[in-house]
Amino acid sequence: MVAASVPMRVDVVSPEAVLWSGEAEFVVARTVDGEIGILANHEPLMAALAAGTVEIQAGEDRVPVQVGGGFLQIVDNTVTLLADEAALATD
Amino acid sequence: MASAELRAIRRRIKSVESTKKITRAMELIAASRIVKARERVRAARPYAEKMIEVIHNVGRASGDVGHPLLERRELRTMGVLVVTSDRGLAGAYNSSVLRMAERHMAGLRDRGVALRLYAVGKKAQTFFSFRGYDIASSFLGVTDQPTYADARAVAAALIEDCEAGAVDAVEVFYTIYRSALSYHPARIELLPVSPPEHPEDADAGGAEGKGAALAYEYEPDPAVILGRLLPRYVESAVYGQLLESSASEHASRQRAMKSATENAEELIKVLGRTANQARQAEITTEIAEIVGGAQAMSAG
Repeated sequence: MVAASVPMRVDVVSPEAVLWSGEAEFVVARTVDGEIGILANHEPLMAALAAGTVEIQAGEDRVPVQVGGGFLQIVDNTVTLLADEAALATD
Repeated sequence: MASAELRAIRRRIKSVESTKKITRAMELIAASRIVKARERVRAARPYAEKMIEVIHNVGRASGDVGHPLLERRELRTMGVLVVTSDRGLAGAYNSSVLRMAERHMAGLRDRGVALRLYAVGKKAQTFFSFRGYDIASSFLGVTDQPTYADARAVAAALIEDCEAGAVDAVEVFYTIYRSALSYHPARIELLPVSPPEHPEDADAGGAEGKGAALAYEYEPDPAVILGRLLPRYVESAVYGQLLESSASEHASRQRAMKSATENAEELIKVLGRTANQARQAEITTEIAEIVGGAQAMSAG
């Protein structure tokens, strides 16, 4: 299965490590103003994240990341999540 | 039956040997800790770099927001954070950063600036309390393997005091780690925050750079985001300084323990020779006594 949408670059960075980095089609994040979904070529955005789960759709995989607040920056088709605290949610 | 001298030497050899075992173990532990600490310095870099980039962009977009962490005030009280280790046996690691800090603090005091001292590590705490300084807060047990939570605790104390006006600025004395053989004490100004110049700025020029920054959409507005960003920025800076200091501490300890181990080996060699000499002298004396005794018998 080839994903139809154009991928974008996503980096999830916590103070202690880079948690996830790669290409993704879709990102769902909760900002302090509400939930947002991000597709490729989103306009530049700088948002404060609320504590919760960020979901990254990368190909067939859906990667959930728990964040305890932080920031989300979108510029040049690159989504950077600067999380205060973060962990890859494992099932 | 060995003589008293020989027994004393053998006892010393044993004690030096057990010291050598300890210094050797500490050397190996320090070596493995350096690797870990260096790895953590490396892992922390992407966040710190992104943070600088983001804060820079937001800072331009939000324009002139009065935030207490950005405000340059008249310097009445200087907060001084000194990063040392909890344990000694690390060569000149602690004394060089402490001496640098103390010299600088004396200079500030001469200019009539009050000091508020924050100590990381037991060595800084004892050094300054012994010299009669008041220590506002001490952070112990963090320097061996600093975590981000430790950095957050230190930064929280500094930020709180800065926002409350207890200090007007904060300087940090720590040890920069370059390599296992090169690390040196350094001073940086932590507060008020002055984000380092973004490399793109120099090329892009004022107007163009500003246009790019303003094209962002903010959620919520830039001033609120900046207010949230600044404490994170300070935390991440403190975290970097703790990690560098920790790597330097282990590097310094490894080197100190390596030379201690070598000294012990040398000492064991010298003592071994002395012991052999003493043993030989003892045997010679015994033979002389026996021969002398036999001669006396046959003469009589």
